[in-house]
Amino acid sequence: MTIVLNGEPHEAPQGATVQALLETIGLAPGRVAVEVNGRIASREDFARALLRENDRVEVVHFVGGG
Amino acid sequence: MKTDRLTIAGRSYSSRLIVGTGKYPNFEIMRRAIEASGAAIVTVAVRRIDLSRRGGESLLDHIDTKQVTLLPNTAGCYTADEAVRTARLAREAGLSELIKLEVIGDEKTLFPDNEGLLQATRVLVKEGFTVLPYTNDDLVVAKRLRDAGAAAVMPLAAPIGSGLGIQNAVNLGLILEEIQGIPVIVDAGVGTASDAAIVLEMGADGVLMNTGIAGAGDPIRMARAMRLAVEAGRLAAEAGRIPRKLHATASSPITGLLR
Repeated sequence: MTIVLNGEPHEAPQGATVQALLETIGLAPGRVAVEVNGRIASREDFARALLRENDRVEVVHFVGGG
Repeated sequence: MKTDRLTIAGRSYSSRLIVGTGKYPNFEIMRRAIEASGAAIVTVAVRRIDLSRRGGESLLDHIDTKQVTLLPNTAGCYTADEAVRTARLAREAGLSELIKLEVIGDEKTLFPDNEGLLQATRVLVKEGFTVLPYTNDDLVVAKRLRDAGAAAVMPLAAPIGSGLGIQNAVNLGLILEEIQGIPVIVDAGVGTASDAAIVLEMGADGVLMNTGIAGAGDPIRMARAMRLAVEAGRLAAEAGRIPRKLHATASSPITGLLR
């Protein structure tokens, strides 16, 4: 299925969870925040939060700033 | 008055200097500059992960979060909604309620959008955030932010990154006089150590800067200079300066002179 990940189309397997998505893109869950269709996915829910076709997923982290 | 501690929302920090983490030549210089600054709070921005550059170094590999508290910002947000959304993501990423709230109203000056700032402050306070809004040097806006539940107000000294130092000492002085009970932290516009010292001498509770250090010829030295300036400024404010007078007053005895 195709989801929109940080504004770009992204192929993910059917039934993928947020956790699985983070693993495929090589991210440790401890330092990121995830939003699915405008709602925050809390860290405790990553493993059971199922993604669906066309979901808009944002994965953010901290960068240098003032 | 305590020289070396800044209290925000009941939590006390070991420095009155808050530093940013942007614009450094590299992470190592940033790390050493933060250390030299003595800052106990450092600001960070929230951005999308760049999926084309996986496995690169991450900012948090270079910040000892046991030593310093992260203060995420909402830089780059032009509406209250964007800022609230960014703050919620920041809370999730950093597991802390602290947020430096920016709602920008103008691209060229990066001056805050007062209406959006107030709106976002109200929403975030209700959601339990400790809101530190970056604001104009406008007393009325500062009062409204305080009344809306902001944990501090952070008026600018001059435009972000300008290095101009305090441009409106009267406005800033009025805010420092009138806003009591929450800290006033001057945020933006500090160019060099004397600017920081003056901010603290005027009675500010703290100062926040990024470019003034990160953009300096030697950021690590400048970080140390800022640390000393903030300490000196605070000590002078506590000591109480002498009144300004138009004419000379001799420092040496005027009696017992050789004739």
